Amino acid sequence: MNFDFSDDQKQLRDQARKFLAEKCPPKAVRVVLDGQAPYDRALWKGFAEMGFLGVAIPEEYGGAGAGHLELCVIAEEVGRALAPVPFSSTVYLAAEVLMLAGSDAQKQAWLPKIASGEAIGTFALFEGTGNPSPKAIRLDAANGVLNGVKTPVADGAIADLIIVAARTASTGRDSDISLFLVDAKAGGVDAKALTNLDPTRGQAELTFKTCKAEPLGAPGEGWSIITQVLDRAAVLTAFEQVGGSDRALEMGRDYALDRIAFGRPIGSFQAVKHMLADMYVSATLARSNAYYGAWALSTNAPELPEAAASSRISATQAYQHCAKNNIQVHGGMGFTWEFDCHMYYRRANALALGLGSLSYWEDQLIDRMRKRNAA
Amino acid sequence: MNFDDTPQEAAFRSQARAWIAANAPKEYEDELRATSLGRVGLKNADILEVAKAWQKKKADAGWACLHWPKEYGGRGASPIERVIWQQEEGPFGKLSGLFIIGHGMCGPTVMAYASEEHKRQYLPPLASGEKVWCQLFSEPAGGSDVAGLRTRAEKRGDAWVINGQKIWTSGAHYSDYGILLTRTDPTVPKHKGLTMFFLDMKSKGVEVRPIKQASGHSDFNEVYFTDVVIPDSQRLGAVNDGWNVALTTLMNERMSIGAGVATGFPELFAFCSNLMLDDRPAIEDRNVRSKLASWAVKASGLKYTSMRAISALSKGERPGPENSIGKLVAGPMIQDVAAYALDLQGAAGVLSGSEAELAGKFQAMLLRAPGTRVEGGTDEIMRNIIAERVLGLPGDIRVDKDVPFNQVPTKGRA
Repeated sequence: MNFDFSDDQKQLRDQARKFLAEKCPPKAVRVVLDGQAPYDRALWKGFAEMGFLGVAIPEEYGGAGAGHLELCVIAEEVGRALAPVPFSSTVYLAAEVLMLAGSDAQKQAWLPKIASGEAIGTFALFEGTGNPSPKAIRLDAANGVLNGVKTPVADGAIADLIIVAARTASTGRDSDISLFLVDAKAGGVDAKALTNLDPTRGQAELTFKTCKAEPLGAPGEGWSIITQVLDRAAVLTAFEQVGGSDRALEMGRDYALDRIAFGRPIGSFQAVKHMLADMYVSATLARSNAYYGAWALSTNAPELPEAAASSRISATQAYQHCAKNNIQVHGGMGFTWEFDCHMYYRRANALALGLGSLSYWEDQLIDRMRKRNAA
Repeated sequence: MNFDDTPQEAAFRSQARAWIAANAPKEYEDELRATSLGRVGLKNADILEVAKAWQKKKADAGWACLHWPKEYGGRGASPIERVIWQQEEGPFGKLSGLFIIGHGMCGPTVMAYASEEHKRQYLPPLASGEKVWCQLFSEPAGGSDVAGLRTRAEKRGDAWVINGQKIWTSGAHYSDYGILLTRTDPTVPKHKGLTMFFLDMKSKGVEVRPIKQASGHSDFNEVYFTDVVIPDSQRLGAVNDGWNVALTTLMNERMSIGAGVATGFPELFAFCSNLMLDDRPAIEDRNVRSKLASWAVKASGLKYTSMRAISALSKGERPGPENSIGKLVAGPMIQDVAAYALDLQGAAGVLSGSEAELAGKFQAMLLRAPGTRVEGGTDEIMRNIIAERVLGLPGDIRVDKDVPFNQVPTKGRA
């Protein structure tokens, strides 16, 4: 049994960690946090040069053709460093949709641009309050023309390529939904940046007005593709969350060793030790579940839907737990803008929602477990 | 990344599987599969007899205590082979519960500290289940603080005379031998005056009294020692070095109890799938699903954490510290799971006999669960271990650390 990353993959993780430690210190994240730039352009360019953007994209489309395990280890480091770049929307969502359902021409047109950092992608799924569901998709598509509003769309204001989930029929079935590809520069779509919990990753409202779009995947297959893509993105996002959890735990641990109160390091008080031990437990459970997700994703196993939901729930719980208790360990200083704790707290809570909230994934997990038990 | 056996592992697995298929006591398989925390036993047979017979059969064929050297009754197998065996043994492995203390803790301690002659004499019958061993550490005054124990051992010629009381001794009532931690010098700080022995539980002056637990069952005992004589040749380790000897045992305890510890989740999932609530299966209820999902990811997280540890063994590496979370996660979880299963039953959840849902399976689990959070290291001790050994946080302040033991305050007289 070898339920672990290979030495090469671990080396890639170390390389990514080193790169991000140098190019993406908290100071760089704060430039985006403070609204001085929509994302870190130099870092994005560096991601392309390091081959991070195309690591899972096949070589024939300009990628490295390595695989999803390699992408997982990079995602972990992206999460740990809070990298303020549109990595998840471009790589876990747009590129994954293209690889799953795009025509050869669409892949040729966009995947090399994604791998080279030329194109930022996103996936416009949500239309206001609520979790993913075919019913919630009302944006109208008729004869390849889109009309409607998507919100929130991660990195929507900076995207070049927009994958849009749209309604092509109204029978009440999943087959009412189809996917479309929109070139943001071709016109017909207006973006409005929205204030959000985690300014280091933008959110936008996209308004489509007689916007020309190409069908992506077979008509009526949209919902099926969406569920597959959400599963894949759930595993990859889980690695970001695991990276963030570990970092929040380390920050809390380091502060507990450094901070003296009542004449001793606060990390010598059981109340603090036990809080940190519980954070370690959450982070460890999340990592192990995420590894299972990575295995299922990389082998395209039939267990992927269940493994993805487990990864998602466990990682969401762990990151929220570690991020909030990291602030608690820091006490008053943890609640200042100056300390970095809130950046992890913001990211943890934003990631918890982006692909559908915890309650949505809990529901999915139980459905999928029942299906397996019935089989 | 894969879950595949290496060719050697696969060969070992098929050999083990074939032997188990041909030899296991299959008449008890279903019943063993259905056992759960607080509900272990066989309807028409004495589980101790069945367990001993299975252990002897395994030993005769070389499948007992796989990781022990052959000359001591084992197989000389690698750690990963031991794991593969446990996977293949499946429900029959539950029969090993009666030997877990002897095989997991007493055996390794004897192996590390006894004379060669004693090892050859005592270990093979321990491996084969013909002789059962218990561990005599905890005392009324020394639970989590086991080094605070007070049972005295005093040297008289070539022997030691023991007086005192042990508590929470699993299986003392059917044990043949025990390892015993005593105080040999009360004038030095507590960790420095302890000595370890092993003894025949039939020795004159040993009295075993079962404890009636909060669950109503009696799995543990109090053991009283009145002028019990132990020859010096049965000392394990140097005089006053018993704390270091005990650490060997306790590390083994946490390893063996932590492995594959029960969470109650499979039982709860099955229960919620079958129980009807408002004319539909409970598992279709929104709140039930949310609870189940949270526990599902804990159970799967533990499962894949142990897979990571097994992978390290498979590569010939030492598992990392992540395995230390098992008991801390599973203990409180099984307690919460049991309470929730009762909650779903409404007022009828109060019933615990044959009229109860599943004949009181979850009620028995609820009543036994508090013990799992205490035995083998309380939740709080486990958190300390993680905080100190994994995260590198400072140890607790120990006010009695450098004080001679006989000057340490007791009973709120601090």
